[in-house]
Amino acid sequence: MSEFLSDQGVNVALKVRDLDFYYGTFKGLKSVSMDIAEKKVTAFIGPSGCGKSTLLRTFNRMYDLYPGQRAEGQILFHGQNTLDKGVDLNLLRARIGMVFQKPTPFPMSIYDNIAFGVRLYEDLSKADMDNRVQWALEQAALWTEVKDKLHQSGLSLSGGQQQRLCIARGVAVKPDILLLDEPTSALDPISTAKIEELVFELKNSYTIAIVTHNMQQAARVSDFTAYMYLGELIEFGVTDELFVKPKRKETEDYITGRFG
Amino acid sequence: MDARYKRRKLTNSLSTLLSGVAVGIGLLGLIWILATLFIKGVPAMNWAFFTESTPAPGSEGGGMINAIVGSLLIVGLTTLVSTPIGILAGIYLAEFGDRSKIAAVTRFVTDIMLSAPSIVIGLFVYALFVATTKHFSGWSGSIALSLIAVPVVVRTTENMLKLVPGSLREAAFALGMPRWRVSLDVCLRAVQGGVITGILLAVARITGETAPLLFTALNNQFFSWNMDQPMANLPVTIFNFAMSPYENWQELAWGASALIAMLVLLLNIVARVAFREKSHS
Repeated sequence: MSEFLSDQGVNVALKVRDLDFYYGTFKGLKSVSMDIAEKKVTAFIGPSGCGKSTLLRTFNRMYDLYPGQRAEGQILFHGQNTLDKGVDLNLLRARIGMVFQKPTPFPMSIYDNIAFGVRLYEDLSKADMDNRVQWALEQAALWTEVKDKLHQSGLSLSGGQQQRLCIARGVAVKPDILLLDEPTSALDPISTAKIEELVFELKNSYTIAIVTHNMQQAARVSDFTAYMYLGELIEFGVTDELFVKPKRKETEDYITGRFG
Repeated sequence: MDARYKRRKLTNSLSTLLSGVAVGIGLLGLIWILATLFIKGVPAMNWAFFTESTPAPGSEGGGMINAIVGSLLIVGLTTLVSTPIGILAGIYLAEFGDRSKIAAVTRFVTDIMLSAPSIVIGLFVYALFVATTKHFSGWSGSIALSLIAVPVVVRTTENMLKLVPGSLREAAFALGMPRWRVSLDVCLRAVQGGVITGILLAVARITGETAPLLFTALNNQFFSWNMDQPMANLPVTIFNFAMSPYENWQELAWGASALIAMLVLLLNIVARVAFREKSHS
């Protein structure tokens, strides 16, 4: 299953090999192996508690914030196992950005929300920073809506705008990979459509991994889809094939709604 | 069904009445105190009250300027010292130490300090500082008040930071932000209104503290900027003057009491307004 991407003629951004994950003694992921394709959208679907968010949170080692959570196995990123002890987590997270389920703007202006992350790793002049902020907001399709109020609080925006602000913030530091953890589940349908369009645009420049509860969304935005159940990767394949002609019975049951 | 409904209605009106009476009793005491303070204190606040120093025994008139300035200096210095210490310790407890042994000990000690009688703190600083330097001083007053203010700031900062949603913290970490910046620039900023309220409440608390100053700053009949000397301050002056036989002293004590009450009231109002604005922005 893990080698099929090379047959598809795409490069691999992230190689996951035999990944086990533990919440204390509970095993949240069981020997997951898969590849994340570069500059493509990979969607993770599955019922609640199947481990899809857990898997996503191993990619930027978000779980490291919580004692008692640990991962074993390999996640290769630019040839290095990111699960190794010596890995600089701040640098890793600067290269693998993440957007969460609930919009989480920082308690500062729209401009600073974006500039803040950039300032951590780059020393830009005022003009360059202005350009970067505009660029990031344009990438997130938010520029026209906020260009006249960049110095208002990020919290003053609507939920959908806040989420796009978070995407802009993630994009602004120019990561290689963008992880989206159910980015639209707290949004209305119009905001959801905007974010989906955005994902479609962003994959020209970024590798995207998206966790979603919504199978239609996975079908709409992704190139590859992984179906997970009870911590195991059940099926991973080209989205169109997986949804039309799943290879495994379990996948078929889930996507046809017989189970889930 | 009907009887049950009636009983429920009766219980409801009874409990409403009882809580209303309780509120009334509480408010009555408060308003009584405030009213007495203002009625007796405000007439004492004339020009001399704010310009002249405390009078010598037996002399006429006089004011409170030495005590007002002394209190401002002592409380001001205390605030300057205890705010950063309190906030940093609060950050440590909420963000870094969390489950560590040191944090548990710090929390325990802070809680004890919060409820320690303030006279004990005054005596402690007396034994530690005043007895070694061999004289009372404004400095020692500030040290004693800091010991009271720091735990208040520590606990409010910690409690406010605990309210920061985990998602916001994760989002900051997800950008590759180092831990100290997450704490200072994101978490602390998100709850700055609450932390400022904590500081103002600590200031309000120490402005009225008498016992810790009794053994440290003592008092001074003359105007002084020198923190290394005994220093006049409002609470101790009130304590002395209120118990004196001289009428003009007693009047000044009323005036000073009203002044402190107003300052504390003002601080509380400022704290509330500031917090409300922050939480709505």
